[in-house]
Order: sequence, then structure tokens, then C-alpha cells
Amino acid sequence: MFESLSDRLSGVFDKLKKRGALSESDVSAAMREVRVALLEADVALPVVKDFIKQVSDKAVGHNVLKSVTPGQQVIKIVHDELIAMLGGSADQEPPASSETLSLIGVPPVAVLMVGLQGSGKTTSTAKIAKRLTEKDRKRVLMASLDTRRPAAQEQLQVLGEQIGVKTLPIIKGQMATDIAKRAMDAARLQGFDVVMLDTAGRMHVDAALMAEVVAVRDRVQPVETLLVADALTGQDAVTVAKAFDDQVGITGVVLSRMDGDGRGGAALSMRAVTGKPIRLIGTGEKPDAIEPFHATRIAGRILGMGDVVSLVEKAAETIEAEDAERMAAKMRKGQFDLDDLRSQLRQMKKMGGMKGLMSMLPGIGKLAKGASQLDDKLLGRQEAIICAMTPKERRDVRVLNASRKRRIAAGAGVSIQDVNKLLKMHQQMSGMMKKMSKMGKKGGMRGMPSLPGMGGMGGAAGLPGSMGDLMGGLGGGPQGGGLPPELEALMKKKK
Amino acid sequence: MTEQKKSWFRRLTEGLKRSTGALSGGIGDIFTKRRLDDAALEELEDLLITSDLGVSVASKLTQFLARERFGKEISAEDVRGVLAGYLTEILAPVAKPLAIDPAHCPHVILMAGVNGAGKTTTIGKLAQQFRDQGKSVMLAAGDTFRAAAVEQLQVWGERTGCPVVTTRLGGDAAGLAFEAMTRAKAENVDVLMIDTAGRLQNRTELMEELAKIVRVIRKQDETAPHDALIVLDASTGQNAINQVKVFSEVAQLTGIVMTKLDGSARGGVLVAAAEQFGLPIHAVGVGEGVEDLRPFDAEIFARTLVGLEVEDAA
Ligand SMILES: Nc1nc2c(ncn2[C@@H]2O[C@H](COP(=O)(O)OP(=O)(O)OP(=O)(O)O)[C@@H](O)[C@H]2O)c(=O)[nH]1
Ligand SMILES: [Mg+2]
Repeated sequence: MFESLSDRLSGVFDKLKKRGALSESDVSAAMREVRVALLEADVALPVVKDFIKQVSDKAVGHNVLKSVTPGQQVIKIVHDELIAMLGGSADQEPPASSETLSLIGVPPVAVLMVGLQGSGKTTSTAKIAKRLTEKDRKRVLMASLDTRRPAAQEQLQVLGEQIGVKTLPIIKGQMATDIAKRAMDAARLQGFDVVMLDTAGRMHVDAALMAEVVAVRDRVQPVETLLVADALTGQDAVTVAKAFDDQVGITGVVLSRMDGDGRGGAALSMRAVTGKPIRLIGTGEKPDAIEPFHATRIAGRILGMGDVVSLVEKAAETIEAEDAERMAAKMRKGQFDLDDLRSQLRQMKKMGGMKGLMSMLPGIGKLAKGASQLDDKLLGRQEAIICAMTPKERRDVRVLNASRKRRIAAGAGVSIQDVNKLLKMHQQMSGMMKKMSKMGKKGGMRGMPSLPGMGGMGGAAGLPGSMGDLMGGLGGGPQGGGLPPELEALMKKKK
Repeated sequence: MTEQKKSWFRRLTEGLKRSTGALSGGIGDIFTKRRLDDAALEELEDLLITSDLGVSVASKLTQFLARERFGKEISAEDVRGVLAGYLTEILAPVAKPLAIDPAHCPHVILMAGVNGAGKTTTIGKLAQQFRDQGKSVMLAAGDTFRAAAVEQLQVWGERTGCPVVTTRLGGDAAGLAFEAMTRAKAENVDVLMIDTAGRLQNRTELMEELAKIVRVIRKQDETAPHDALIVLDASTGQNAINQVKVFSEVAQLTGIVMTKLDGSARGGVLVAAAEQFGLPIHAVGVGEGVEDLRPFDAEIFARTLVGLEVEDAA
């Protein structure tokens, strides 16, 4: 249907030969494509503009790392910014259901559902009521204040029967505010925790109807006022959300019809213009089809790339590898200090320690068993030793005399031998780095970053270049001899 | 301008004026005593986008304007006029009122669209119009899925004095359509309108159900349904194009009705739809009342899209 952002950007950047920092003109060319992608996803124009400005500011001057294309780099920046703007962070877990709504107050508390005609209020009311009943063990009463649309009150009543949630008995001819009052009274008397108030759909430009819902709000003092909006909404999303927020005061948004094939730009529009969180999304017609909002997923969808997440992850991994490469460059110049070693050790720990690393390497999976005993204990000990050093010592090991070593050993709770072993390892590693840099014209680190068989292994691509090479040495490569002493011993044993 | 036209136009523009993103105001700001240069064109394109015309239509329009007037001093009024003219040209060929063919007995109208678009309400409004024309009308409550959908249509039946064919909740929609066809023929009614459950076009099993309804109708009259209408909500963005595309494939659409033009949404996506599909646009909904349905008028719609005032409408 629409060109994906990655296609668009690769078109732009194909022409771009030079690398290095993204220039203002690179970024503005990319942002034209981002703009179109967002608009095609129905993000409202004023929001697109703000977003583009924000992202441009971040992107200009950003280094394009050698292993990613400028397009990937921009996508990553755009993606991250989009997630942030949607109110999430890349690794945020969806909240538990009780956290999606805040129902704090003296029961019964009211939840007021508002929105345009046909936006999905009644269905969403029932879905939320079911969720609160089943997941949060709340006693929920539903009441329809929709006295306008034919059979609207009956619709909620039928839904209530289907999902096993009580509805307020219908009294024909009653006004919305009176029904609301009756619902709160009934809930109070009958010990309900939550009253879900479904209202008639109304146009935000209809002053009389907006006044009606304000009167209801004043009467029941809802703890939550949720704007239910169609995920397929176009540019009007900002106008609608702003009008409801200004006039009624909303606490959150429920986006219905997220199971459609729309790109969901309304989510960004509404969030941006009201600052109110998207609380829940409707994903189907069944009463269970409601889920917490995932900023990450919606961001990918808005960008129109099913593969965006993997693409971005790949880019992120490569960027990490690039960091490692930068470090490797330092090493080559013999600047590999103990701070660098520490971050390498941490990186290894993050990746599952020796065992995790080794299990990724072909042919030495068997070794992993033995290594598991060293594993984190070893890494942890080594890290502790480095931590016990002063910054000056970490930067320049030559200052380490006997008394300093004693102090460090005591601080880290290890023997002086352990400290010496670590220093030897560091020495070997920097020695190896120098050797390699002489061998490889292109720089040893990038020359052999991909260990055979490592592709496609989850997380493996994030292996920092230098560590990968270090481990590569294990396989008996030409650079052997740079092994940490413990590993070297292990290798000998197995051979 | 006829009285009715005028009041419709007023309703439309009232909504627009109350909305915050006044397109007309925007153009006015940009073009008062200004040369039509790249910056002005870009801003203009932006403003068209806020009417949901979509990026490609908006840029096409802008280029059109550039060809005509680039570098010239142009007033806001002129810009609107030129744009409205171009839009009218696109829309005029598809502006066709819904016509009942008396040769058909009955003339069958199938109403389809995504959830909450306004299908049932539009059926009620159309029923009133046909009744006013002295036609006998029967309604079929083909939404057997949504709670109280049958009762909703029944209320419209009572309001407009039309019999409603129903089945139970969860019943077979195609079977109901078949039964309605039989009854409508037997009772010799002029118009049969079949309501259907709202469905998203990417739900293949639901779209297949719609295709089955069409097949069943054809079994009784191979020329039916004589009108297969999609109801589009004016607030829908670019997804409306996809809705028209997929519903067309499944139910061989013959026309479009756009609802909810009484809010601040302008329904600019209709322009792209007109260009891509050429489907007739029959009517627009401008409220919830039985009388709030108007024939689609290309010029009024076009002028509204670019924010021209009521008084200016010819
Ligand atoms: N303001 C306004 N509201 C409308 C218009 N047309 C329909 N509505 C309202 O939109 C809501 C949904 O309309 P329905 O006719 O029930 O829509 P539907 O497509 O039949 O919905 P489902 O059968 O649930 O898929 C109702 O509250 C209608 O009153 C219109 O032109 N303007
Ligand atoms: Mg309906």
C-alpha cells in the first residue's frame, strides 16, 4: 500500500556517498521522507512538524557508524524518538491491568467514557468492565447515559449479560445526568467499586451536547475520563482530542479498532496534543479484545515497517559493535586501558558470561560446560579488581607498584596473584591488539568481526568486536596467545 | 442557491469554523498579498493535508496551482477559487444522487462498512427520503452480530413506517438477507435496504461473510444488489481508501455515502477515492436526525474543503 520508511530512506541515502556525521542537508532530505511516512500513517500535521523538528535536532551531527547505513541510523533515531513521544521506552513492559487505570478513591468511583459517535465507546466500556471484574476483582456496575441513539442502552445491557457484569436498569425518558446520579446511588447502596458510565457519542463542536457531558462529569466526579477514539482517525484526531480535553478534561485515551489495517497515527496525534496517555487499545469485537498500549509496537506500525523492529534491533546491535570497534581502535594504538577492559568484561557478563559466549562459538560448545564454573565468578572477580583501582591506575597500569597491588587485592577481596593475573591478561590483550593492527591493513577488528556460524544467533551479533576476536583466538587462529590465562589453561586441558 | 443547499452548506461550514484547524484561515494567512513561491506552495500543501486529502493528492493540487500561478501575486481568495475549481472537476463526475429504478422489484440496497461508520443511521435517513417520495420500503436487520443492532434498526423502522425483517442475535446474516428478498418480492415493495454488521476490511472471514450475503441476494435476483454502498466516516484518515478498495472487491460496491460531516473533519480522503475508484458519491450525513442526509454536491464539498464562505458559494 504505502512505501515503507526504510525503502524511502534508502532511496534518499543511496545518493549519499560520504560517511561521518549526518549533515543538516542529509537530515533534512531524510526528514522529508519521514514526514511523508508519518502523514500517510495519519499522524496530524502539526504533530508531524513538531516531531520532525525534534528528531532533526537530535540527528544532525549524529555520527553514522560504519556498519550501518545512514538510513538505518536515521530510522533508529526516528524510532526511538517516536517511542518516547508515545510515552514509552523501548524496553518498557506493559503495565498490569490495575495500573492502566487509576481507580483510587472512595468507592464507588466513576469512569466516564466519552467520544465521537461510532468511536467504540459502548464496546470499550464493556471490555474494560470485564477486565476490571476478572483481572482486578472489582465489583463493576455499567450504566448507559446514551439516551439519543436508538437501542444504545439496550446494547450495553445485552453486553452486560454476555460478560456477566451488572448494568443499571433502564428507565426510559431519564436524562443523562439523572441516570448518572442514579448509577452512583445504586452503586453506593449495593457496594460496587467502580461505575462505568457510557455516554452518547457527540461531536466536539456541538456545544449543547458537550455541556451535557460536562454536567455529568461535575455530578459524578470521575476518577478517570477516557476518550474513546477510532484508531483509523485522520487529521481530525488533534482537533477532537484537544476539544474533549479542553472542554471535559480527559485522563487518558482508549484507541479502538487497532485490529484494523490502519497505521494508527492517531495515537501519536492524540498523545502529543493532550499529553494524556493512551491507556488501552481495542483489538477486536469480542469483549476480551482489549490490551494495554505498547509504545514500541505502535511506533513500528506508524513507521509502516513490519520489519522495523528487527531492522532497528539489527542497527542497534551493529551500533554496539561499532562502539566496540572504536574501543578496538584505541587498543590498536596501545591505549587499551583497564577501564576499557572493565567495560569489555561487563559486556561479556551481559551476554551470558563465558558460557554464553562460548556456546555461540562453533566447535567449542563442549568447553562451555567447563567454562561455566569460571563463568560469572571469574568475570565478577576481575571486575571487582578493576573497581578497586583508582581512575589513575586504570588509565595507566605502569603506576601499579607492590603496595598499590596489595591495596587493590584487599579492596577487591582477592589475592595479589589474582591482581597479577588480571594485569597479565590486560597486557596480553593490548599486545595482541597491536600485533593485529600491524597485520590487518583495514584494522584487525573489522577484518574479522564475524565469527563463522555466529550469524543468526540471538544476541550474537552484538558481540563486541574485540571480544569476538579474542574468542576467535580460541579457535586456534593466527592471533592465538592473547587468551586470558584461565581460558588458556582450560584450552590446554581440553586439547 | 436553493434553500436546502444553503442550509446544508451552512451546517458544514459551521462545523469547520468551530474547529481549530481552520483551513480557510490558514490559506488566508499565507496568501494575503503574497507571491506564490515554493514556501507558500509548501504551506498550502500542508494545509490541504490537514483536510485529509492525503500527501499525494495535496502535492498534485499544489503542483497544479504552481503551474497556473507560480511567481504571481495571488490573493487568498484566488487560491481558494482555483483550488475549489480543480477539486470540483475531480468530484463532479462522481456526484450522483441515489436513484431508485422502478423496473426493479424490489430495488435492493446493501449497506456495508466498518464498525460505527453510520450504516444503520443512514438506512434510517434514506428510508425516510424514499418514503417521502411515496415509495414502499422494507428494511432487513442483517447485523446479527452486534448487541441490540436489530432493535436499533427496528426503531428506525418505526420512525419511518417501514417493516423490518429480523432474525435472532447470532443468526445467519446471509439467511436473513435471503428471507428478506423473498418477503420483499412477495410484498411487492419498491425498495429493500439490507443493513450489515460493521466489519474491518482486513478481517477476511467477515469479508467472506459479506461476499456470501451478496451471493445469496443474487440467487434471487441476479441484478441485485442494485446498489452496494459503503458508508465512510468523515473522520477516517487514509485508511478509507483501503476500505473502499477491499469492500469493492468483496461486494462490488456501486457507491459511497460519507457520514459525520457535521463535525470538524472534512473528509478530504473522498478526493483520492474519487480519483482512484470513480465510484459515485451519493449522499453525506450531517447529523443524527432522520432529516440529516444531503445529496453530495461536488462544488459545495470542494469549496468547503478549501474553506470558502457560505456567501461565496454560487
Ligand atoms: N453526528 C453525526 N452522527 C452520525 C451520523 N451518522 C451516524 N451517526 C452516529 O454515529 C453512530 C454510529 O452510527 P450507526 O448508524 O449505529 O453506525 P453503524 O455503521 O450501523 O454501526 P455498527 O452497526 O455498530 O457497525 C451513532 O451514534 C449515529 O447516531 C452523522 O452524519 N453525523
Ligand atoms: Mg449498524
